[in-house]
Amino acid sequence: MGDESAGAGVLIEAVGLRKVHTPRGGGEATEAVAGIDFRVHRGEAFGFLGPNGAGKSTTMRMVAAVSPVSGGTLRVLGMDPKTHGPAIRARLGSVPQDDTLDTELTVRENLLVYGRYFGLPRAEIRERATQLLDFARLVDKADEQVEALSGGMRRRLTIARSLVNRPDILLLDEPTTGLDPQARHLLWERLFRLKQEGVTLLLTTHYMDEAEQLCDRLVVMDHGRIVAQGTPRGLIAGHCTREVLELRFDDQEAAAGKIRHLGDRQEKLPDRLLVYADDGEDALKAVHRTGVEPLTALVRRSGLEDVFLTLTGRTLVD
Amino acid sequence: MAPALREFCYWMDRYRRVWRGTVVISVANPLLFLAAMGAGLGKLVDANHSGHLTGTPYLDFLAPGLLAAAAMQTGVIEATFPVFQSARSGGNYPAAAATPMRPVDILGGHLLFVAFRVLLSGLLFLAVVVAFGVVGPARALLAAGPVLLTGMAFAAPLMGWAVGVDRQSRLNGLYRFVVMPLYMFSGTFFPISQLPHWLRSVATCTPLYQGVALTRGAGLGGSHPGATAVHVGYLLALTAAGVWAARRSYTRRLNR
Ligand SMILES: Nc1ncnc2c1ncn2[C@@H]1O[C@H](COP(=O)(O)OP(=O)(O)OP(=O)(O)O)[C@@H](O)[C@H]1O
Ligand SMILES: [Mg+2]
Repeated sequence: MGDESAGAGVLIEAVGLRKVHTPRGGGEATEAVAGIDFRVHRGEAFGFLGPNGAGKSTTMRMVAAVSPVSGGTLRVLGMDPKTHGPAIRARLGSVPQDDTLDTELTVRENLLVYGRYFGLPRAEIRERATQLLDFARLVDKADEQVEALSGGMRRRLTIARSLVNRPDILLLDEPTTGLDPQARHLLWERLFRLKQEGVTLLLTTHYMDEAEQLCDRLVVMDHGRIVAQGTPRGLIAGHCTREVLELRFDDQEAAAGKIRHLGDRQEKLPDRLLVYADDGEDALKAVHRTGVEPLTALVRRSGLEDVFLTLTGRTLVD
Repeated sequence: MAPALREFCYWMDRYRRVWRGTVVISVANPLLFLAAMGAGLGKLVDANHSGHLTGTPYLDFLAPGLLAAAAMQTGVIEATFPVFQSARSGGNYPAAAATPMRPVDILGGHLLFVAFRVLLSGLLFLAVVVAFGVVGPARALLAAGPVLLTGMAFAAPLMGWAVGVDRQSRLNGLYRFVVMPLYMFSGTFFPISQLPHWLRSVATCTPLYQGVALTRGAGLGGSHPGATAVHVGYLLALTAAGVWAARRSYTRRLNR
């Protein structure tokens, strides 16, 4: 059962991992995960980035040992989820995409009940619950029904709950989707603290800034496959120019024809034209020299969104 | 604590908030039924000296039948709506399944809680029966076993079914088209010897009839050992098959 058997510090290893969903009443099977390879090391924050339906949640559920693998191999903490599901889950924390809080119970009771599922002693659970309420800034709400919590508070409670067993690995499926910017930053700060404490993070997101803020390494998924992987900076440097010039026009078709030669590469979106260039201001001057007048022009640094666009020709969030 | 007991504790925690209401219902229901039908309607029936009752006062005939039917009802209700709700996203099952709990542990704990509910409401029913003077307390306790068996013979297979149901309307359908007819025609309110011949054989095969016959035998005495063995065997087999099927469907539903 040692972590060592999987190689030094490798906590999760997937080789050719596949998942096929077969609808119960017959019908067409979907290959949600179509053979992916990745390794996650101890203490790392590892991200899955991809659009809707890419297979991120499906992958997370397999790692969480709640969804059987259809093909390939998967080892979590050196164990096979198929044979050691309970032992793996005992050392994982899991924040699923949809909150699974118990709305019939209070905030504190949610932590107590969950802790009991791990077979922890009662006194221990009480103590941890108090600490976790503090961690999630929910001390004031401890005795309220979950019904009465805002979306951000629920998310924080779900994360607090997932920590009740002091997990080695924390799985976060879109931890901040649907939250306002302030709530997201609070959550990021909390996750960053966990990482400092040595918890290995595995998270999915379709927010670029989240991936850039939190992940040491990430894979970009699309249609059940990994299309790129690396550090956020490495991916940007490897697939994009340093800067992007975003242009909007009255008549994009006509304008695009006249500036076709500018930049390293261009990408046409329905509402704007992206010109990839190491110096965006330079590119903008060149645009003006051609006599084309954009309605708006914006120079920004390239991000993971651009990496995805380059790789797939599509935007991440539609 | 054994994993299944953790799930049992979860349901008990929830039950602790609503137990008073359920106790009132479990007492009021038999009280009203036995007063109106057993004592009230029973006067008419007894005055008629129906041969089908072979001299048993109607109240004595009705009480064990209603008791078994109530056990079915508790088993059915506890095994359907809460299971259906728990299996949905946002319910208890997916949360528990992310912990070291296995789907069979979740099933086991919940099943134990359903058994507790069937037994508790059965005992409260029996207290009312004793108050009506139908049987003495010792005799009444003998009926606890048949009550539990009847409830679980319904609960175990239905939990396995409800965990995979996709629409709540199916649960209502079960109630309307399966539970209610069983309630009416399984020898609860009148002996099935009054039914037309073909319907009688159908009625004999239903689990509620088996439960009613077993409970009535325990309550009124004078049961035939061979017949008792058949009833017990039937209900045990249904429970066991239900548990076996439910283990599979819980695993399929919670690990997919
Ligand atoms: N239980 C299921 N049964 C059938 N198909 C499923 C099931 N779960 C997921 N799928 C399908 O598998 C594919 C991948 O879904 P998944 O939820 O893993 O995507 P995702 O990357 O998490 O997307 P999102 O960003 O929308 O959460 C989708 O095509 C989805 O329809
Ligand atoms: Mg998802």
